[in-house]
Amino acid sequence: MAEKAILFDTTRCIACRACQVACKQWWELPAESTINRGTYENPPVLSASTWNRLRFRETSVNGKINWLFTRHACMHCSSAVCVWVCPTFARTYEENGSVTIDRERCIGCGRCEEFCPFKAPVLGRHNISPRIAVELGTPRQVAFKCVLCKDRLEDGLTPSCVKTCPPGALQFGDREGLVAKGKARVNAIKAAHPKASLYGETELNGLHVMYVLMEKPAVHGLPENPQVEDYPLYDENTFPDWYVRAVADGKLPAFPPNAKPEWYLQPKLVPVPAPPEPAFPAAVSRIIPSWSQPALWSWLGVGVIGGAVAIGWTIKRRNGMKDHKKT
Amino acid sequence: MTNHWSDIGNADVIFIMGSNAAENHPISFYWVTKAMEKGAVLIHVDPRFTRTSAKANIYAPIRPGTDIAFLGGMVKYIVEDIEKNPQNYNMEYLREYSNAGWLINTKYSFSDGLFSGYDASTRSYKDKSGWQYQPDDKGIPKLDRTFADPSCVFQLLKKHYARYDLSTVSRVTGTSENMLVEVYQAFALSGRKDRAGTILYAMGTTQHTVGSQNVRAYAIIQLLLANVGIAGGGINALRGESNVQGATDHALLFQYIPGYLPIQSTAHPTLAKYLESITTKTSDPRSGNWKQHQPKYAVSLLKAWYGAAATKDNEFGYQYLPKIQAGGNYSFIALFEAMDKGIVKGLLALGQNPAVGGPNSNAERKALEKLDWLVDVDLWETETAAFWKRPGVDPKTIKTEVFLLPACASYEKEGSVSNSGRWAQWRYKAIDPPGDAEDDLWIMAHMMSKVRELYAREGGPNADAITKLTWDYGEHPDPNRVAKEINGYDLNTGKLMTNFLTLKDDGTTSSGNWLYCGSYNETGNLMARRDPKDNSTIGLYSNWAWCWPVNRRIIYNRASVDLTGNPFDPKRPVVKWDAASKKWTGDVIDGFGTRGPDLYPFIMLPEGAARLFGMGMADGPFPEHYEPWETPAKNVFSNIQFNPAARVWRPQEQGTPDKFPYVATTYRVSEHWQAGAMTRNLPWLVELMPEMFVEIDEELAAEKGIENASRVVVEGARGQINAVAMVTKRLKPMLIDGKVVHTIGLPWHYGYMGLATGDSANILTAYIGDANTTIPEYKAFLVNIRRA
Ligand code: SF4
Ligand code: SF4
Repeated sequence: MAEKAILFDTTRCIACRACQVACKQWWELPAESTINRGTYENPPVLSASTWNRLRFRETSVNGKINWLFTRHACMHCSSAVCVWVCPTFARTYEENGSVTIDRERCIGCGRCEEFCPFKAPVLGRHNISPRIAVELGTPRQVAFKCVLCKDRLEDGLTPSCVKTCPPGALQFGDREGLVAKGKARVNAIKAAHPKASLYGETELNGLHVMYVLMEKPAVHGLPENPQVEDYPLYDENTFPDWYVRAVADGKLPAFPPNAKPEWYLQPKLVPVPAPPEPAFPAAVSRIIPSWSQPALWSWLGVGVIGGAVAIGWTIKRRNGMKDHKKT
Repeated sequence: MTNHWSDIGNADVIFIMGSNAAENHPISFYWVTKAMEKGAVLIHVDPRFTRTSAKANIYAPIRPGTDIAFLGGMVKYIVEDIEKNPQNYNMEYLREYSNAGWLINTKYSFSDGLFSGYDASTRSYKDKSGWQYQPDDKGIPKLDRTFADPSCVFQLLKKHYARYDLSTVSRVTGTSENMLVEVYQAFALSGRKDRAGTILYAMGTTQHTVGSQNVRAYAIIQLLLANVGIAGGGINALRGESNVQGATDHALLFQYIPGYLPIQSTAHPTLAKYLESITTKTSDPRSGNWKQHQPKYAVSLLKAWYGAAATKDNEFGYQYLPKIQAGGNYSFIALFEAMDKGIVKGLLALGQNPAVGGPNSNAERKALEKLDWLVDVDLWETETAAFWKRPGVDPKTIKTEVFLLPACASYEKEGSVSNSGRWAQWRYKAIDPPGDAEDDLWIMAHMMSKVRELYAREGGPNADAITKLTWDYGEHPDPNRVAKEINGYDLNTGKLMTNFLTLKDDGTTSSGNWLYCGSYNETGNLMARRDPKDNSTIGLYSNWAWCWPVNRRIIYNRASVDLTGNPFDPKRPVVKWDAASKKWTGDVIDGFGTRGPDLYPFIMLPEGAARLFGMGMADGPFPEHYEPWETPAKNVFSNIQFNPAARVWRPQEQGTPDKFPYVATTYRVSEHWQAGAMTRNLPWLVELMPEMFVEIDEELAAEKGIENASRVVVEGARGQINAVAMVTKRLKPMLIDGKVVHTIGLPWHYGYMGLATGDSANILTAYIGDANTTIPEYKAFLVNIRRA
């Protein structure tokens, strides 16, 4: 399947927030209790029950007012740190480039929430939406974020937010085509908005939600040059019991069948030297030190050396990616 | 709308004033965006910088209630430019299709804010004899198409607006002179034959004591620019409810019966007199004078209402109809005053929430207490239904008996909805309603059946009016059947009428609303059509739904062609006359399909030419600036401060700038709907806009020590409210006649019921009405503000 994307055009968005509501409607997410904080923007941050929201920013340049409306939701990064940092391989790059979560695997460690450059994933009650309540494991906090309406796409529909957008500020389609459209739009508005740009074409090796911006990204509330922060490795001794048991009982495959090992060790799309062929998925080696976990005993073959190699490799790749971004 | 939603996509210049289209009609921006991406310029004039302004190429701030000053300046600009650069304007249109060249009676005059014929004791223009054309010996208005005659409309117009120079307009409106010129220039560009400019407006235009004249000002501008009748042009009211167009078409206004036929009054004691009063006359062979047909529509309406009981001998049942007092006012405020005085004892409120939506909420809530009974038909227990237990009252002291009937939401019933573009679209029931909820049709049909039973059994004054009514909808009224009744029948053949051209005044045809005649005929329910294909080049979508009249998508479309019948703008042809076959092609031609382009295009007027000079208005043939009822400014255009024909109910309740120095205006936001019952009960929308707020500028906030998101009290002459302060750059103080004036903004959605509650902005608005329609002045009044 070709890579898909959403193109969000800030020049077209009228901040009606139909997309914000349509998202909640489709995913049966509860409303939050809010107050008026002296702005139209609400809720103030993304949360387990708010996966898509609009930022409102008033600007004034030489006495000329503008009011910027900017979408805030998961950007579906090609180099998605949330995938990278997830110790239970709960994150998946779909074939269309979107990033989804298997919440059954999610242990609620909060690492994705902490390291996502866009503050997209947020932990919340496992049954916050009755439609997508987590069944496996103990009642717990799990991560929620936009999953690009995976189920709708499978049925040949467009994402709920795109479907509802009255002025056509949201478009969905093949990423390649939307990059071209976005660039053309930026050219068309350059005269009126000299700082206009297409955000997401190259950021984090390409986002699957791209924005036509009128101003510098920071003015819209976006990171100028999103980077993956340094992050500590997960302490495998802290896997919750239910997870360890579920893997041991075979209720959860130790490694998701469709997943690719390299996702969990390195940012996607960064050219890397061919790694030594591991006997088992290299990614798995990160959790090898968890000797206490019965399900992992079968992977002993990789051994401590494999683990060390993998960790070193991870760090190298991370730095590599930073270098890559600089060029 | 003269045009329709998709037609906005044809415009080169989009002028939005008195409307926050992006917020209140988001779907309009599908078309606005389309036009802009083809290069159209969007102009927004509004006291606040809104989500609409954020999309505009040009945003001009304006002090609330000064639209006529702003637009009068534009008229002056255009008139002068027409004289200097006629090649940039469609002079043929102005000469032939507007009344610019028509001569006006020499008795007409205007001086110091008053037109001729004013009577101060009745606060009205009693003698309008000067506001008429000069007839020639055949009774046809005299004309000077060179516009040289000082009595011609063009010269009178020029003279009237000569006073609206940039500096005066800027002093009054607070808009800078540069900005005024920028707007005038940009919109005047649409006067070229190959350009189209549209005006979109809403309640920000109409809810003033000069509201009707604000719209008249648009009409003048659009006629000067030859923008009426063309694709991408027109004067387009964005209606605030999905079916408010249908509501007015079917006469939910006291001054009309269905199809905008005037209401019968004590001045029309007989049918003959009534019919005479609604028949316009002309001896001009070039005038179609469509209203000569109105008697056919009125008699067919009576036949629809009274069926076999309507005969020639009993004036087709005309005497069954109640008649209003000639000149009487039965509009919204008047009704509530009548309740307050104990004259009106019962109220049936259907999908209406006057306790939040009406002006002077405290007064209206009090008036409800005087009722014997109130029947509230709604989806929720609204503030109106719950007025007897509102904060601060003791329910024990209120004797009104209240009935709350649960109604169906739009998805729970079948029927037609008429949008702003006059498209009647049929829609189907998607789900069953919850509990005991019933649709409005069911409720009305059953209620009336019971009333009929009572009258049949017990009699009563004018009992025949009720017992003889055709009312056979049965246990489960079928909306199709009602739609057919509205369409009407040929009573000889029993067949549905094809359209209103063959309606008769002899009792052989029926039609519940002549405008909708043709919507449901022998070919089927045309409102249910869903063909998304456009067979025109201008997005008429003629086979999608059905639009009145006779599926004509752009009204006054005869004005889009020159005297030979060729489109002024060949790129955007609406209609075209083929002289050889004597046929029109394109959109359904406006009236008289076999008459060529020699016919004057504005067929609804007896003179056939569109009126730059509007003799039908209550408060003057030309819009003139007067200050709002409550204002911080003195009228600099004349010594007449306030519209001398506007309707004042409670003169003692007037706020003055010494106590209430700030201008307030009310509005809606995308996230809530009208008086809020539907949206303030929906958690997802409550989350977005959880509580009542007031927008104030940064300077005022600093002066008053008000912090963003803190609570404030806003008070006016009629009450006070508490709200969250939203301190914003989007409002700016203005310099009005040398004085700094602050404007504050109040959404009017909130009340004491539902999930999101808050004080109602309308506690602050006045009992004061426009001279023509008596619509309340919601959009400009005075308040003070302080920290809570
Ligand atoms: S935006 Fe955050 S949550 Fe979404 S894919 Fe990128 S890193 Fe993951
Ligand atoms: S639905 Fe479209 S226009 Fe409305 S807020 Fe979302 S992106 Fe903006």
